[in-house]
Amino acid sequence: MSSPAQPAPSPASESFDVHTQGIGARPEVSQGAAWATPINGSWPMVEPSLALQLLRQMVLIREFEVRCMQAYQDKKIGGFCHVYIGQEAVAVGCNAALRPEDPMVTAYRDHGHALARGMSARACMAEMFGRVDGCAKGKGGSMHMFDRANNLFGGHGIVGAQVPLGVGLAFACKYEDEVMAGGSLRRVAMSFLGDGALNQGAFHEGMNLASLLDLPAIVVCENNGYSMGTAISRGTSMGHQITAKALAYGIDAYEVDGMDVLGVYHQMHGIVEHCRATSRPAFVDMRTYRYKGHSMSDPRKYRTREEEAQYEAGDPIGRLKSRLEGAGILTEADFKAMLKELRAEVRDSVDFADASPVPSMSELHTDVFVESWGPYTGSSDPRMLGGAPRAVNFRAIENPETQL
Amino acid sequence: MTVREIEYRDALNEAMSEEMRRDKRVFLLGEEVAQYDGAYKVSRGMLAEFGERRIIDTPISESGFAGMAIGAAMMGLRPVVEFMSWSFSLVAADPILNNAPKMLYMSGGQYGCPIVFRGNDGAGGQLGSTHSWCVEGLYSNVPGLKMAIPSNPYEAKGLLKTAIRDDDPVFFLESERMLGTKGEVPEEEYLIPFGQARVARPGKDITLVSFGRPVNFCLEAAEALAREGVDCEVLDMRTIRPLDIESIVRSVKKTNRCVVVDQSWSFGSPGSEVAAQVHARCFDDLDNFVHRVHTADVPTPYATNLEAEYLPNARRITEAVRACLYLA
Repeated sequence: MSSPAQPAPSPASESFDVHTQGIGARPEVSQGAAWATPINGSWPMVEPSLALQLLRQMVLIREFEVRCMQAYQDKKIGGFCHVYIGQEAVAVGCNAALRPEDPMVTAYRDHGHALARGMSARACMAEMFGRVDGCAKGKGGSMHMFDRANNLFGGHGIVGAQVPLGVGLAFACKYEDEVMAGGSLRRVAMSFLGDGALNQGAFHEGMNLASLLDLPAIVVCENNGYSMGTAISRGTSMGHQITAKALAYGIDAYEVDGMDVLGVYHQMHGIVEHCRATSRPAFVDMRTYRYKGHSMSDPRKYRTREEEAQYEAGDPIGRLKSRLEGAGILTEADFKAMLKELRAEVRDSVDFADASPVPSMSELHTDVFVESWGPYTGSSDPRMLGGAPRAVNFRAIENPETQL
Repeated sequence: MTVREIEYRDALNEAMSEEMRRDKRVFLLGEEVAQYDGAYKVSRGMLAEFGERRIIDTPISESGFAGMAIGAAMMGLRPVVEFMSWSFSLVAADPILNNAPKMLYMSGGQYGCPIVFRGNDGAGGQLGSTHSWCVEGLYSNVPGLKMAIPSNPYEAKGLLKTAIRDDDPVFFLESERMLGTKGEVPEEEYLIPFGQARVARPGKDITLVSFGRPVNFCLEAAEALAREGVDCEVLDMRTIRPLDIESIVRSVKKTNRCVVVDQSWSFGSPGSEVAAQVHARCFDDLDNFVHRVHTADVPTPYATNLEAEYLPNARRITEAVRACLYLA
């Protein structure tokens, strides 16, 4: 097929220089979801106990991640390690807007979500050290934080793959109400993804299904502007307005300033409760910024130090701290005491992880099947090993016949 | 016991329907499973009985709906995912291979994945290269999954009921070519355990090991060979993972000869795995090396004559048996 000669299109803008531009100027976020509005430009204060919990969790995550970076340098942590510094307000604010029974799933930058969800610093750190007291007995690693007691359905390593899983969690929430439990639970499922995952088919297939099946799925894009080293404008069409992608699926979309934990909490609370009431999915463009590199080996040549400084000036911990001080909820001395306490907690997690034993060799072969078939030797009888903790199914029906 | 003859597709339907009546956690989803009554009519009538909450039409979006079903399984539901063809599962490779079989392990035992993926596997008849996948070689490589491959309606029903009750992910490989095949199926409930091969035909001269549809070609070949005085024992393995190697070893120690018939490509296949294990376990018992019959090592051809030669068939099995017995 021949195509008619066309004049070269004129460029819409100057050629893009990633070294000087980075993600560049981002459009202003909208002034809040329909159910929550800032007053005089700032979000209302919450109950002092909640406000202090938000601050505490953000500081815990920050201190934890600083220690992770040190432990990685000390070669105590192996593999890939993606730290959450700068994005703390997202996991903390979103989690506060959920009920404990609402399931959550996230991607590989997952330490912050695990800690916000309630995992102990000890279990989280021991997992990264590859020790048996880790949340997954050292078999998951940094990218795979699972916490059944706190309804965290993982850290997942393949970009975007967790979106359909999260839609499935929402499916199960709704199925349980409609088919099994008589509509009493009304849970919602929250999935997190990075902006790089917007270009994966899994994201689009998950969004389409969530909309078609009217699922209570909240999909939060932690838009930190970079998929590894690629600025969003270089990798994502309509990167300046990613809510357009959700609107294409008929899903309500919101823009939230992810550097302001009070704003995250208020807006996500509105979005979560709307989703709970209507069983319709929601998408959130959560504007945030990761201060450190993509992983531990990233020299950050794709962006300027000025851009980093600009975002760090609006640090979520500093912002909440000054709000709390202004409201008379927190003094500098209180903050220092909190910091001291949390640093001790994180130091303890490192000591704990260091002292925790490595998994025994028998762990190599457990957890492959719910009923383990034992080590595959190529020629031997598959032996029933036992010892693998049986994965208990949620609300397993002991005697199905009597339930129906 | 009351026995009647039903089609393979209806055996599958009965298995799913019985398990859905028994356990509300079980539901079916896939392309055209509900309003269309199933692209191959396997699920016909199920929408009418169970309603749209439990028989769910999906868009053509395998990666999305397979992933969604895995999330639901992690919550404790028991999804049955129908792939219209296993060929279409390739676009869902990440969820079915990277999530379902690994979830239990990488969560340290916290989250299982009780799910069944099922659909047509193998050449359906002139469907060409992309629609004729035998996925058993590709997928049985992955630890953490179970794989069942029924050879007739009786097996299809008993194995599928077991698959749905299993706590681990099960890859259930059916055959489009057999959907209309009739066979005897009792009306009473029964289940067939995984990892226990069936002696489809007892014999003393040579052991034929096979899986799924080619078991029937082995029986056909065995009948022809019996007229030549060769007494074949045919093992229907029923499941590829777990593999009942003990039954194979027991038979080979008796016959001293073994031919594996496997409809997947030969390189890195269930057939090569069986051969390796038999060589390791029966080294001193064998009168000849294990012979293998596979599909030809080429993409699936369209032309009728080429496709027929490409697949394992009774003639090729007969030739392999003669060669293994030094009769060729």
